[in-house]
Amino acid sequence: MITLLRTYWSTFLTGFGWTILSSCIALVASLLIGSIMAVFEVVPNKTLRTIGTVYVEIFRNIPLLVIVSFFYLVIPMYVVKINGFTAGTIGLTIYTSAFIAETVRSGIKSINIGQMEASRAMGMKYVQAMRFIVLPQAFKVVIPPLGNQFINLVKNSSVLAFVAGFDLMYQGNAIASQTFATVNTYLIVGAFYLVITLPISYYMRHLEKRLA
Amino acid sequence: MKKFKYLAILIMSLLLAVVTVGCGSKPLSQQDVLQNAKDANTLTWGVKADTKLMGLIDVNDGQPKGFEIDMAKALTKKILGKNGKAKFVTVTSQSRIPLLKNGNIDAIMATMTINAERKKAIDFSDSYFDAGQAILVKDGSPVKKVQDLNNKTVIGVVGSNSVQNVKKYAPKAKVLQLQDYAQALVALKSGQGDALTTDNVILGGMAVENPGYRVQGKAFTTEPYGIGVNKGQPHLRKALNKAIKEVEADGTYNKLIKKWFGDVPGFNYREVLR
Repeated sequence: MITLLRTYWSTFLTGFGWTILSSCIALVASLLIGSIMAVFEVVPNKTLRTIGTVYVEIFRNIPLLVIVSFFYLVIPMYVVKINGFTAGTIGLTIYTSAFIAETVRSGIKSINIGQMEASRAMGMKYVQAMRFIVLPQAFKVVIPPLGNQFINLVKNSSVLAFVAGFDLMYQGNAIASQTFATVNTYLIVGAFYLVITLPISYYMRHLEKRLA
Repeated sequence: MKKFKYLAILIMSLLLAVVTVGCGSKPLSQQDVLQNAKDANTLTWGVKADTKLMGLIDVNDGQPKGFEIDMAKALTKKILGKNGKAKFVTVTSQSRIPLLKNGNIDAIMATMTINAERKKAIDFSDSYFDAGQAILVKDGSPVKKVQDLNNKTVIGVVGSNSVQNVKKYAPKAKVLQLQDYAQALVALKSGQGDALTTDNVILGGMAVENPGYRVQGKAFTTEPYGIGVNKGQPHLRKALNKAIKEVEADGTYNKLIKKWFGDVPGFNYREVLR
């Protein structure tokens, strides 16, 4: 296993880098989109609420691989040429944001309606009350499930391998098929994923302790 | 202190995983696969499910069909006798060697070229087909031969040696490795790459199915296909070699070649007759 790691360390690191890059972009973007969709789902405005619900229900219920394949194979044929990495990251963002939206929505719902009413009575606009009173409290509540989503996101980034996105799994497949050291290669790949996901686990736990 | 505890549990579980993988019940290398096959009157073949003309699952009845399937059936009959059964397990370029090594299949007949790299992992029978690597492009593509692929993107399939071969002829080519030929072809169609490279027989099958795409130029390598068997199985290997010779001698081989490659445009089946 050591020799395998020594021979292919640059390949593994390249994959590691692409996986982290894709995960980071998808994490930030899906947190943003997810939060917006969560708010859409609870606002009084009916049109926005429909948009939020439809978005969540569609993308939460389609397999990630289907979404990613769509962006990799169909979009370039008719709309704009995008490569595997971009297609994979977009797919990952959309898919995860639907789950994050549901998570954040449950957080918002858990905050007593009186908070919102009191804020409005103080003369705050709906958006202000949401942004400064309800959302900060909601996020505190949903830190543990959000951590779950982030970890899932990192692991799900392995779909990039199916669209030639150069990530860890892609490089692992390439190495395994060249060397036939299948078991060792995937053990190393698994260890690299742990290097990303374990710190997230610990950080989320830390955050939970500090804030909640 | 608590953190160390977590770490210890983690390391223990990783070690456990390694150990469980390490020790199977009875090592495959100590079994005689040929004897097992004779006892069960069945030989299990790993074949392709996505390669027209060689091994393709027919969506109508779910059966694999192609030159390699017919060839495997003929070889099974030669080895096990008239009533010998050939069982087919579909494999991919990537899964075939792991599946052979863990004993899910007895032999691989899945468009696999005999090469030194693979010989380190498994043993090969004599070659049963002589293919050559070529490229598939869209009609009117500026890519006329493999050397034109420098600074262009070429699509291959994970686990096949075609990707490394292209690098020899066009060192500056950018390579994308996809999961299987069907996906690789769709990726070519959606413009993710400028050419698709693999063996000419496989590309021929794609060109037949997809008007507007063609095999460009001559084959630039020779790729003798061999049947893969596990290391330490001399009996099975010898039986396969003998069966291949018999199938060639009694004319079955040429009949099958004519049946599958008789009218593939751009592919001269007489070159592969034996």
